[in-house]
Amino acid sequence: MLTFIIYKFILCAIVFVISLAVAAYSTLWERKFSALLQDRVGPDRAGPFGLLQPLADGGKMFFKEEIIPNVSNRFLFVLGPSLFMLTALMTGVVIPWCKDVSIGGKIYAIQITDINIGVLYLFGVVSIGVYGIMIGGWASNNKYALLGAIRASSQMISYEIAMGIAVIALIISSGGTLSLREIVEQQDAGLANIVWQPLGFIIFFVCALAETNRAPFDLPECEAELVGGYHTEYSSMKLGLFLFAEYINMFVSSAIMSAFYFGGYNFPWSHELYAALGFQDGSVWIALIGFLAFFTKIAIFISVFMWIRWTLPRFRYDQLMNLGWKILLPLSLLNLGITVVVEFLRGHITY
Amino acid sequence: MQLTNRSKVVSNKEQSSMEKLYLPGIVKGMLITGSHLFKRRATVKYPEETRPRAAVYRGWHVLKRDENGAERCTACGLCAVACPAEAITMESAERKKGEENLYREEKYAKTYEINMLRCIFCGLCEEACPKEAIFLTDRLVETEYEREDFVYGKNKLVEKIDKRIDVSKRQTTEVEEFKKLPGLKHNSVWQEKKINKH
Repeated sequence: MLTFIIYKFILCAIVFVISLAVAAYSTLWERKFSALLQDRVGPDRAGPFGLLQPLADGGKMFFKEEIIPNVSNRFLFVLGPSLFMLTALMTGVVIPWCKDVSIGGKIYAIQITDINIGVLYLFGVVSIGVYGIMIGGWASNNKYALLGAIRASSQMISYEIAMGIAVIALIISSGGTLSLREIVEQQDAGLANIVWQPLGFIIFFVCALAETNRAPFDLPECEAELVGGYHTEYSSMKLGLFLFAEYINMFVSSAIMSAFYFGGYNFPWSHELYAALGFQDGSVWIALIGFLAFFTKIAIFISVFMWIRWTLPRFRYDQLMNLGWKILLPLSLLNLGITVVVEFLRGHITY
Repeated sequence: MQLTNRSKVVSNKEQSSMEKLYLPGIVKGMLITGSHLFKRRATVKYPEETRPRAAVYRGWHVLKRDENGAERCTACGLCAVACPAEAITMESAERKKGEENLYREEKYAKTYEINMLRCIFCGLCEEACPKEAIFLTDRLVETEYEREDFVYGKNKLVEKIDKRIDVSKRQTTEVEEFKKLPGLKHNSVWQEKKINKH
């Protein structure tokens, strides 16, 4: 029992550190990538290739003056970014990082917890995330912050519906399981879910962009109209938490997308490769290669997120709502219908 | 009148159903931005790299020494007269015995100051100089924290004996000929001074 607790504790710490590190380096990569897309060089002064830039940015954030407006609700003002960060980190709990490792006859799952309602848990936590923005924006007592917060919440709620229905279709096609590990393992045995759910993936991807408040759906922090959006009044590390949590959200949603639709830590001909290299099931090497494959997929997704951000202009608010309710929602319902019919014909579901 | 052939007729046509999907358009746009990944960077990483400057670039002035290392400037003040920005001031002094290796002629500039914030780098001082003493070089004026620090004295203007500055690009025969043209402002000043003397 004690070893179990220690093991889970270590795993939590590792996932925590990895999330933060990936988020920190995403900020650097965002700047580098945008620079590359715009024929610039990007940050290259702090350390080799600018690799220490995130540290410098973080240090700057910590030492900035901390301003809490007099008219704000102090408790909620602090709670907002904390909650946003907390929920961003909590989503990493159910993600399976690689195949089980057996050390000394004991099998260790490289996943903090494999709850059988993992998908539901994810959606629950993500929808709590919007409270962080809402509370932060409201507690600032600033009309721009409030408008940003309202936009954020309406946007997240609208797009969660289409996202949810896209995931329902995915769950039906993967045999009704809500455990992320099982969804990923099924793709090891068969084909990746993208083959069965191409439309579902596009819907999920668009909704993920909206859920993480990334461009072209970054209306909540639309500088042109709302100053800074929900974080207008924030300064110092509380602002840093908001910005950082966005990158963690991006990391986690990339991880979820690659787990749901692209087989997570599996990749084509992985069994042949492992057999050729002579790795036994439960070997650390298999886990490591799988982990690398998973992170490659995540890195590609994060880059695509950024690629989109530096290509597309921002949607207008009514266009955003039109896209969410009039296009994505019907499309996801259509996708659900098609999935049910196809799965019925494949004999996976009976009535 | 049409100035270029790049103008396009604006149309307010409805989006076609294909355009309403956005996805093809988005992919097209992403390919355009993506193609820039492989294009040449426009950035010049300044302190390490510098953009090439013309050989006759007009920057930080130098007060030349002659081949023996003596200062050429005789503090005649023609540069100060020619200067449209009134950036140059100087004080002259008489050469003492034993200073022949320091100053070329009997009179020399005790102090010589150029205010780099006033200077417009036009090069008229160089044109005016009858002693080939002042030249503009392709060095950039350094940044400073205080305004006073931009007033460059002899310590920053006179070239170091062991670090001569090449100005041969600004000393071509064409330049020499040009300097002698009678219509130039400093030459007329010179003439006026001569007339006043007589």
